Amino acid sequence: MPTALSNVLFHLYSNPREDQDKVITDSWVFGPVLKMVGGLGLALVMNQDFRFKNLTRALLLLPFIVPTVLSTIAWQWILDPAFSVINWALMATGLANPGPSWLGNPYLAMFSLIMVNTWRGLPFYAITLLAGLQTISPELYEAATIDGAGRWGRFRYVTLPLLKPIIFIVTMFSVIFTFADFQLIYVLTRGGPANATHVFATYAFDVAMGAGQFGQGASIALSMVPPLALIILAMAIYMRPAKS
Amino acid sequence: MTVTRGGWRVRLLTLWLPLGVSLVFALFPFYWMAITSLKSNQELYNRKIMPLIVHQPTLKHYVDLITETSFLLWTWNTFLVAVTSTAISLVLGAMLAYPLARLRFAGATLISFAVAATYLVPQPLLFVPLADLINRLGLGDTLTAVILTYPTLLVPFCAWLLMGYFRTVPIELEDAARIDGASRLQTLVKIVLPLCGPGFISAGIFAFTLAQNEFLYALIFLTKTEVRTVPVGAIAELVKGDVFYWGQLMAAALLGSIPVAIIYSFFVEHYVAGLTTGAVKG
Repeated sequence: MPTALSNVLFHLYSNPREDQDKVITDSWVFGPVLKMVGGLGLALVMNQDFRFKNLTRALLLLPFIVPTVLSTIAWQWILDPAFSVINWALMATGLANPGPSWLGNPYLAMFSLIMVNTWRGLPFYAITLLAGLQTISPELYEAATIDGAGRWGRFRYVTLPLLKPIIFIVTMFSVIFTFADFQLIYVLTRGGPANATHVFATYAFDVAMGAGQFGQGASIALSMVPPLALIILAMAIYMRPAKS
Repeated sequence: MTVTRGGWRVRLLTLWLPLGVSLVFALFPFYWMAITSLKSNQELYNRKIMPLIVHQPTLKHYVDLITETSFLLWTWNTFLVAVTSTAISLVLGAMLAYPLARLRFAGATLISFAVAATYLVPQPLLFVPLADLINRLGLGDTLTAVILTYPTLLVPFCAWLLMGYFRTVPIELEDAARIDGASRLQTLVKIVLPLCGPGFISAGIFAFTLAQNEFLYALIFLTKTEVRTVPVGAIAELVKGDVFYWGQLMAAALLGSIPVAIIYSFFVEHYVAGLTTGAVKG
């Protein structure tokens, strides 16, 4: 028992790696902002009538459907130091030569991770927000227009308020899953370069499975609990199934 | 939906352009996956060729993947694990969901709260104690290890989804059945389940997709090549030393994505319903 407690306390308060983990995890969680803005924009676009709407919706969801590890492998190749197609495009158009080291530079690596995470998560936002948009009765928009609201006014006073609950739920989901995400980081960087992109999940894995230190690994994983618990609590209370 | 003015130029700007950009952004990695898997190694590693199309397609990577690695075995393992754990989770989930949806008993609120919370507990939190448990049970390197641990993430989700669907069954139907002498179990099986078919399909598809997607537990518990699943096998065995076999990796990634994509294409509506049920209330 004393060892367990001292393990947890040690990792919570004395290990400088924890601070870095926290910073990384914080910036990592910035992804949901991107996803929400992009997702809302895409949902608004998709809320119009056009042919092939269903096909488009299905295609746009693909990044979210396909097993994460597999699509991340594709991204690893897209961001490869030697053969990145992005760098090829940059060099071919004369914008950069040679291209940036997407996964080798600590800051760029973080940026790349956020980009791939956004690529994967944005469809979830877009489709869920689209479902929400479709529940807004057109009469509300008509009423607003009659009252003199322009496009922006309608958006601000009708759309946004009614979407708030959904935005809240989707964002919380996304934060929770992104906070503890393991696959993306493991595949793209393994937490590198030089531990720059480790988050709690990958660091815990490294310590527990790589170094064989189960106790420390567990305590690292546990230090995810306080912020996560708060978010989970908020979510669970909000989404609690209504009593019948 | 608002009625907006403007001719095709407006429509181009507000619809086709954003859609086009989004589609390219969303689908490019898959396109890249596909053409990389079809390029020969010479073409792949030649930096002078234009990489956006395949100049001399070849199926060599696919052949190598199937004949030289255990890819087919991994695919079978993945399928087996996904189907079994989904089945288990649907049954357990239904058993969990029905009392919570219909019956009133002490602790019901706490349990439904716990279900919502458990669904949100991430795997990196649980993997250390589960690893210890699997070790003690001597189940390391067996498919049983993953079949038993996947329900920890699938059951809460299934239960939560099914709870919602169970509640949509009019209570009068169940009351009528019970008056006619049916037990709770019979009511569940004969009345509620058939009416909630779509719910089970949604839950099943989602659970199946989640199981296919799972990586951490598979990585930890399955270290021998004969028992590995596709995600783990691709990462662990298609990179030998420091050398990435990109052609085979992309082929594996593509082939591994196809089952999910196919199922998905048949059941898009159910998938979207599963996604949005939790988020869009009422």
